[in-house]
Amino acid sequence: MIFLRNILRALVLLLGMASAALAGPYEESLPKFANDSYADTDAAIGAVAGSGNPLSIDVVEALRDGRLLVGSGQVFVRRASGELVNAATGQAWGNQTGELKPVRVNNRVRRAIEAALGSLTLLSSDAAKRLEAARAVFRSRDEAALPTLEKAIAQEGQPHVRNALESARAAILLSKQDALPAQRLAAIEILQARGDQEALALLSNLPSHATPEVIAAAGKATDGIQTRLAFWEAVQNVWYGISLGSVLLLAAIGLAITFGTMGVINMAHGEMVMLGAYTTFMVQEVIRIYFPGLFGASLLIALPLAFLVAGLVGVFIERTVIRFLYGRPLETLLATWGISLILQQGVRTIFGPTNREVGTPAWMSGALDIGAMSLTYNRIAIVVFAFAVFAILLLVLRYTSLGLYVRAVTQNRRMAGSMGIRTSRIDALAFGLGSGVAGIAGVALSQIDNVSPNLGQGYIIDSFMVVVFGGVGNLWGTLVGAMTLGVANKLLEPYAGAVLGKIALLIAIIVFIQRRPRGLFALKGRAVEA
Amino acid sequence: MRTQSLFDRQTTLVLSLLTAAAILVPAMNVLAPPGSALHLSDHLVPLLGKYVCFALLALSVDLIWGFCGILSLGHGAFFALGGYAMGMYLMRQIGSRGVYGDPILPDFMVFLNWKELPWFWHGFDWFPFAALMVLLVPGALALFFGWFAFRSRVTGVYFSIITQAMTFALMLAFFRNDMGLGGNNGLTDFKEILGFPVQAGSTRIVLFVLSVLALAGGYLLCRWVVGSTFGKVLVAVRDAESRTRFLGYRVEHYKLAVFTLSAMLAGVAGGLYVPQVGIINPSEFAPANSIEVVIWVAVGGRGTLAGPIVGALLVNAGKTWFTGALPEFWLFALGSLFVFVTLFMPRGILGAAGSLWERSSRRLLAGRSPEPVTHAAE
Repeated sequence: MIFLRNILRALVLLLGMASAALAGPYEESLPKFANDSYADTDAAIGAVAGSGNPLSIDVVEALRDGRLLVGSGQVFVRRASGELVNAATGQAWGNQTGELKPVRVNNRVRRAIEAALGSLTLLSSDAAKRLEAARAVFRSRDEAALPTLEKAIAQEGQPHVRNALESARAAILLSKQDALPAQRLAAIEILQARGDQEALALLSNLPSHATPEVIAAAGKATDGIQTRLAFWEAVQNVWYGISLGSVLLLAAIGLAITFGTMGVINMAHGEMVMLGAYTTFMVQEVIRIYFPGLFGASLLIALPLAFLVAGLVGVFIERTVIRFLYGRPLETLLATWGISLILQQGVRTIFGPTNREVGTPAWMSGALDIGAMSLTYNRIAIVVFAFAVFAILLLVLRYTSLGLYVRAVTQNRRMAGSMGIRTSRIDALAFGLGSGVAGIAGVALSQIDNVSPNLGQGYIIDSFMVVVFGGVGNLWGTLVGAMTLGVANKLLEPYAGAVLGKIALLIAIIVFIQRRPRGLFALKGRAVEA
Repeated sequence: MRTQSLFDRQTTLVLSLLTAAAILVPAMNVLAPPGSALHLSDHLVPLLGKYVCFALLALSVDLIWGFCGILSLGHGAFFALGGYAMGMYLMRQIGSRGVYGDPILPDFMVFLNWKELPWFWHGFDWFPFAALMVLLVPGALALFFGWFAFRSRVTGVYFSIITQAMTFALMLAFFRNDMGLGGNNGLTDFKEILGFPVQAGSTRIVLFVLSVLALAGGYLLCRWVVGSTFGKVLVAVRDAESRTRFLGYRVEHYKLAVFTLSAMLAGVAGGLYVPQVGIINPSEFAPANSIEVVIWVAVGGRGTLAGPIVGALLVNAGKTWFTGALPEFWLFALGSLFVFVTLFMPRGILGAAGSLWERSSRRLLAGRSPEPVTHAAE
């Protein structure tokens, strides 16, 4: 690395000397920095930046950071290491800073520096830097960058950088006082293709002397962009709805299993979710202390553990309390409510009442841009995860013997018992399965919600609504219920506000239950009438 | 089927105990000198009054759960609505003594920059109207909600869940400032009721006695209802709903009537509760509150009218003691109580005491509700 850097430095030196020999605008303007005048410094920045000299980036950056020193008519750049370099030739100059003074800057100079850097990095060899520079120019609309921009567009190879460069040029041309109408029209076209809020702002800010056809074109482009943005906003709301729906699905699907098989309302279900979230927290703590390298995999490790913890607690509750309350669903509801209070207070006593910090692995942070919307990776991960859990449960219920027994007990408990299925064992397992699924839901929810003892409380009513709406004994009902409620909630939100939207949904469900007391996907037959 | 006389042994006992409380509590507060063992300090009077209101609320839940098998997880909503109706009256009585001194608008409306009183606030400055609303608003909601629910035969846990959704939706609604009922903070800072200062010791004693009278009245009303032919049908609905329907009874009408009556009782409890605690806010609608009421009933003994009164007093006294002495153990205690009562004392304290009494004396305790029949019909 050091070797390479030396070669690079030598190359820079050589180039510097070559240009020194030519004594172009770069060399001519450098001494202006030594004049100790803001106006001269400003002018020098423009000249240096426009010179195309490879040292110019170094000079402007040094000026920004107060590392550009002058003394006896010569200009030096102080590197981070402390060594000095002659700005005109690029030659090393020891590290004697004694008589040298930094070039002073004021706000006007700082603005010039930013603009100059914007246009300078347009020609950088790093595509990411070019992209960033193009965006900076788009925002600053600095006319001085136009020549560099043209040059950059001409030599740009990457389409997305080229796009950014072109929209930067369009932004400049649109507001430039002496731009030709044809140039403006082309700029409007490019901005319309870009089609975001920023383009909209630019289009509404035309210079006052624009020709009528430019104004008309801008109006048309504005309409087009607004239609497009409205469309993407609707798509974004649907996405938020799906995202909320998958959270509801995760929280409710375990409930649907226990409610479906045993007709048991498990009020402690939310606390199983909470236990899963706290398991994630514990796993991350252990990893942080003993295996810091594994942090990226912490959620994957937490999944089976959360399933086990919540599942075992569920089996324990079933064996010690619920099985004594058969045929008394209302009493079960009360007993499980009591258990939920105990679990909440237990977690509060052990971990404290405050929120616990659960980290997000690097692969789940960031966002994906599609059109005019941005999808965060953790939301995508939760949607994918919810559907994966749903698919796995569907397969388990469809193709395993446990699933067969659970379905049999759901449809007709007494008949299943007569066929030799040990219904009480199936109850315990189904309760464990439902609770375990709640536990892994907790792993996912720890990423988007506060991990506190009250975590489960926030989901319990919503999950009941999903199960009641979707109907019991059929996982598809839960899926449809969760997605319908999620999407309806998010689509109502922009019109009614979050709280009113939610109230409207609750009322809608209450009314819906009047029409279909057993939910969307009700089991048919005598067995469910009891 | 023999209709029992209204004044059986249990009723006589409950009424004499309540009368004793209505006499002894004021006497111990006013007559006994401070410092003596018999003295009841001033802050205990509204606390006991609060318990009595809770007992009335528990009684209303027992009327539908213990005698008709309807488990409402939203009775806190009717309680809170009654409380809000009373709170609105008390707000109007503040007059120009509020922080902003507006003669008509309550403080929170001035704060929200409202110019005139919303339509539903009119009339609440007149006590008889407010008192009527304490009864009618919860009653109307119960009538409306129950008419839809019972007509389409929403029963069992489904009914419990939608009542829970109802109180949750109301809680969200009342939290909104736009609702015009004080939003988050609710209604508070009351000054006087019917011209008497709310905070004064004498007013509180009167309110306590009124609460006890309301509880006694509610008890007698429930006693009369469950002892009547109507009450017998309710028990039949509880034990074998389909069979009752096939016998020709319009089950939904019976359910609707008793549900509405119960909601009105809960509203009265709320209306008496608010002047004694001095505040009503949306957290009274919290679903957890309504579930807690159910456990009072379960602890005391569902299906016995004295049970919910005993349960409400015991559990709330326990809550006061625990939250003072061992605050972090209260939820453990309450949670364990839920589990213990449902597992080991399905008929509550009075039920367990009743069967003990029965076993020792082999005599039917008068006033006990009829035994549930087996569920053969369903």
